[in-house]
Amino acid sequence: MKKLLWLGISILGAASLGEIALARGEAINSLWLVAAALCVYALAYRFYALWIAAKVLVTDSTRATPAERFDNGLDFTPTNKWVTFGHHFAAIAGPGPLVGPTLAAQFGYLPGTLWILIGAVLGGCVQDMVILFFSTRRDGRSLGQMARDELGPLGGAAALVGTLAIMVILISVLGLVVVNALKHSPWGTSTVMATIPIAILVGLHMRHFRPGKVLEGSLIGVALLLLAVASGGWIDHHGLRTLFDFDGNTLVWLVIGYGFLAAILPVWLLLAPRDYLSTYMKLGTVAALALAILVMHPEIKMPALTRFVDGTGPIFAGKLFPFVFITIACGAISGFHSLISSGTTPKLLANERDIPMIGYGGMLLESFVAIMAMVAATVLDPGVFFAINSPPGVVGQGIEAAATISSWGFPVSMEKMQALASEMGEKTLFARTGGAPSLAVGMASIFGNAFGNGLLAIWYHFAIMFEAVFILTTLDAGTRVGRFMLQDLLGNLHKPLGRTSWYPSVLVTSAAIVASWGYFLYIGVIDPNGGVNLLWPLFGIANQMLAAIALSVATGILIKSGKLKYAWVSGMPLAWLSFITTSAAWEKITSPDIRIGFFSAADHFAEQLSLGKLPPEKAAIAPKLIFNMQLDGALTLFFVAVLWIVIFEMLRVSWKKAIGLPVPPVSESPHIPSRLVEDWVRD
Amino acid sequence: MKRLWKMIRRLSGDDAYERYLAHCRIAHPDRTPMSRKAFFIAEQERKWNGVRRCC
Repeated sequence: MKKLLWLGISILGAASLGEIALARGEAINSLWLVAAALCVYALAYRFYALWIAAKVLVTDSTRATPAERFDNGLDFTPTNKWVTFGHHFAAIAGPGPLVGPTLAAQFGYLPGTLWILIGAVLGGCVQDMVILFFSTRRDGRSLGQMARDELGPLGGAAALVGTLAIMVILISVLGLVVVNALKHSPWGTSTVMATIPIAILVGLHMRHFRPGKVLEGSLIGVALLLLAVASGGWIDHHGLRTLFDFDGNTLVWLVIGYGFLAAILPVWLLLAPRDYLSTYMKLGTVAALALAILVMHPEIKMPALTRFVDGTGPIFAGKLFPFVFITIACGAISGFHSLISSGTTPKLLANERDIPMIGYGGMLLESFVAIMAMVAATVLDPGVFFAINSPPGVVGQGIEAAATISSWGFPVSMEKMQALASEMGEKTLFARTGGAPSLAVGMASIFGNAFGNGLLAIWYHFAIMFEAVFILTTLDAGTRVGRFMLQDLLGNLHKPLGRTSWYPSVLVTSAAIVASWGYFLYIGVIDPNGGVNLLWPLFGIANQMLAAIALSVATGILIKSGKLKYAWVSGMPLAWLSFITTSAAWEKITSPDIRIGFFSAADHFAEQLSLGKLPPEKAAIAPKLIFNMQLDGALTLFFVAVLWIVIFEMLRVSWKKAIGLPVPPVSESPHIPSRLVEDWVRD
Repeated sequence: MKRLWKMIRRLSGDDAYERYLAHCRIAHPDRTPMSRKAFFIAEQERKWNGVRRCC
């Protein structure tokens, strides 16, 4: 009977995949994407994840986990597996899986979808699960510590520097998404600004009025957030709109100021309450989107493949290979997750047997979020999708943009865009790059169809608020972590700088971190081709680099513990990642196309500037752009160097092990039998 | 229904203080546990001391 069920799932999965891969010239239904995804996930979990757990990792349910051994009622606490799953998923799922697929939809729905599915089941889920397992076996140590223990000091240093670098790039690109979504949008801006006093109110409630009443405080906060979305419309229609109408440069400074304040204020006041709100928003909206897609099962209007696989895409430049794999990092494989899978989640894990469900399953769910983002992007008319997401530097402004996009075979008119913009309560939807507005239009149209069309503008601004809220959470939490890492580093030079509560050090290090990402954010906003083309590939490369570091650590541990024959489980995704990351970096460094190659863009600008061919407003910023292109090129080189250092360290250690030379010992903690009464924790 | 409510409270951290008190009673019966307010502040500081959110 069971076999029959799995056979059925396999057939349905194969049929759905066949439908989405082979349908040409006719619209397909989004339900096929959902069905293909769910079948692939079910099969992969049953036959790959459980196999890895049983044969490769050999999880042991009789062994006490760190949560049990170091139980302190605080961070180390054995926790019910569903609760742990919830915490793990809430931690790993950020804005990445929503933005990446939206951008990659310029290649058509097929390449991104296939990479999300294959990348997740063979790469991302495996990474999350094996790192969770290895960290659990090492007292819940972090990725950096594991890299140092298992691969040596060089590997550890590379992991640390890599993490800090990806944090800076991540925050700047996410900041750019927020700035582009709020540019000249009084409704959106007033709503997002209102989230700050609301979060502070909730923080005061949880801290002073009713200490620790988290649920109550969050409920009040969520209600106020919804009110803020609705009253944003009122502000927009009354005289107050000019108060919240900002251009990109002003918004950059507002975001930078916010990031700095959030990093130095006590966490209970702003950061923690805002995180409660954004977590509920995120989980609620993702669930509502899944429901709406199932109920509405809209048709996909984007073709399977577009002409932009040749590298001429307006949203970001570069051929299908390798750029689709760089653009969709979160949702397929995200190195950042290894920081949650090590250090955080192992401290809650009650039993090793829950590792596949939490590690592998958590990532499957994130991959599904990415599939939904792909659906939301591709149900839009392709003409509308490109009009929203293409920067004016590539397609021109307004009428010109509509003409250019129509000439590509994706018809769109000025009137249509105007009508859509006024439906969504915005002044214009042309060139709203960064992915958030087009996702919001997609979500608004799906929600509008499912739950009533009259409220499109409210749905749109709800979606913008929902994205901005948890992007800002990532931004302030990331700034804080970056600050701790920097303080840790500086503490080696001068002791007091390392003290996280010494205010001069807090101010200096926070300012340094904010200045680093603020710089990239600012450059992204003034870049004529739209900063997304500049920053998103850099972020993708950095994130895949971190994944490669995590997989190197995992492969090294597998080989060192005598499991060479299973080393391909993490070695195969590692090989693929290092291949695509290096290819993409190679193109970003050497390509003569000025939209792809950083150095050729710098040379091009320099030449234009010296010939006096640039209009004055461009000539004024040209030196900054030239310097930045060179900096980005150097950063790309640095990422690739870090990547290969870690891989060579891993290969060196493995080689030494193979020929019998001494290697750093496997740092697994000793087996202590679990004494938890099963039913007590797992109820 | 009751189990669902328990699960929601657990997931959101609403019952963190009660769990902490229970832990203290068993593990350190000799010490006075922190007050609700002190516990909440200490917990927030601890939680946000490392990587808690991803991209």
